Amino acid sequence: MKEIVNRLKEKFPVTAEIYQRDDLTFVTVEKKYGVDAVAYLKEYEGFTHLVLLTAVDWLEEGEFQLTYLLNNPKAKHDIGLRVRIDRETAEMQTAHHLWPAVTTYEQELNEMFGISFPGSPRQGHRFILDEAWQGPPPYRRDFDTKKYSEETYFPRPGRSKIDPSEHMKKKLYPEGM
Amino acid sequence: MFTFNEDRSLFPRHDEKGKPIVDVESGQFTKIWQGPIHPGMTGNMSLELTIQGDEIMDCVTHVGYLHRGFEKLMERRRFIQCFPICVRVAVPEPDFNEYCLASTIEELSGIEVPEAANWMRTLLLEMSRLQSYLAQMGGQGSSFGLGLIGQWTIWARDLVLDRFEEITGGRIYHMHMPPGGVRSLLPAGFVGRMNETLDEISAVMEEVERVLFHNSVFKKRAIGLGYIDPNWVDEYGITGPNARAAGVAKDVRKDNPYLMYDRLDFDVHLEYESDVFARAKVRYRDILTTIDLIRQILPQVPTKGEFMAEVPNVLHWKIPYGETYKRAECTRGEYGYYTVTDGSGYPRRINVRGPSYTHAVTLMEKMAINLNIADTAGVMSSLHTYPPEVER
Repeated sequence: MKEIVNRLKEKFPVTAEIYQRDDLTFVTVEKKYGVDAVAYLKEYEGFTHLVLLTAVDWLEEGEFQLTYLLNNPKAKHDIGLRVRIDRETAEMQTAHHLWPAVTTYEQELNEMFGISFPGSPRQGHRFILDEAWQGPPPYRRDFDTKKYSEETYFPRPGRSKIDPSEHMKKKLYPEGM
Repeated sequence: MFTFNEDRSLFPRHDEKGKPIVDVESGQFTKIWQGPIHPGMTGNMSLELTIQGDEIMDCVTHVGYLHRGFEKLMERRRFIQCFPICVRVAVPEPDFNEYCLASTIEELSGIEVPEAANWMRTLLLEMSRLQSYLAQMGGQGSSFGLGLIGQWTIWARDLVLDRFEEITGGRIYHMHMPPGGVRSLLPAGFVGRMNETLDEISAVMEEVERVLFHNSVFKKRAIGLGYIDPNWVDEYGITGPNARAAGVAKDVRKDNPYLMYDRLDFDVHLEYESDVFARAKVRYRDILTTIDLIRQILPQVPTKGEFMAEVPNVLHWKIPYGETYKRAECTRGEYGYYTVTDGSGYPRRINVRGPSYTHAVTLMEKMAINLNIADTAGVMSSLHTYPPEVER
């Protein structure tokens, strides 16, 4: 694994490397080299299988971390390529030309995290969420599910609510305690 | 009989860039929805089909009917509270979720699992694989009108669920592998009863082999249907039996051995025709392998000894910053959990990598083109997809 990371370092500036296991390494590159590094690993180092593409929300640092987890089926090891992008602009180059399956991942990240991938097909098309969804991207950490549902959804008008403790009090002690 | 002589792969007409021209306004096409409630669909998802005659011209997968936001829910819960949530991600096969989540948490917090627990986990995962394959085999038969296969295999699956109930107390959701080990070892007399169950299932599988794989209806419809090119395997991220039926030896149990698989003796079965029939054959032979594996594992599971490692107080369990990915081979392919922790008592992010994510969306959309609408259900069930994995 070390040789692969060293060769990657010659091509692109690697800012961090973590050797998690014998068969799993994480490296960080800058945003502008992200997709190029993924393409390099795919074409020249044999990491032909894209395991997953996902985002981690580092709210406190104001950044998203994109993780491209690649697998080399011959050497049987994985490399996780991490890219930090700004949380405000939240934009990244698309990688759908490398694997057709990336389209779905990017569509989901666009919908759930609000990260845009200009040029990727199906950006803005709903995947998991309802067509009528108006709220912010729900997988961001500052999205409060409870608050959103309390503000957006409301009980049917005319519905009466019975508080169990009040109900039992009335039933057991009709004349008062 | 009328046959098409022209090259059907170029139908409908293509523009200069090779993109098919599907003009829904022209009146030549019909749009129909297969799903979300349809006997031919595997779970609650739907295919938006554009058809001409009975041939599919365009297909878009729609999911979202089952979205419960498991990944988001897990971010707001302590590590032990994630445990009963994660099993709900894949209903027919929950044990792989338990194992993957538990092993990522163990790796990040540096916990060594006792050997007895590893043997128990291997046994539970193989039993889970067996019952999931049996259910799929029934669905595969039913999608071509052979309902009998389903009646036999679902009966056989129930026997495995009985054995699960003996060990764990649950039939569908077992929750037997918390981070640190397993909840118990085998109950008394279990080995004999499990061997009896395996004998019964072997007998059923012999019948299934005779009735399904020598059935002229199944052969006529399944052979040559739903071809997956071996070159697509890496492009579309295909894993598991779908890749093995295309002649690509992909099996996490062999490639990155986890638990006790490096001490067990088994083969990876390959087929090269890469159609629905070949995929059913791969799964059939995998069932026999699984029965053999359970027979190998049973005598090696310790009857006494340590089965749970020392874990911190689960209500105050904090895991330092780290991230890792753990995978296991489930019946559909590579199943994995990517877990990121940040030093707090809650996970920063848990991402589930389900094999259906690519199979049901990108691959199915590609395979549906030029397919007869009557064959959609057969192709869909031969990919063995579960929608909850797609939308987590």
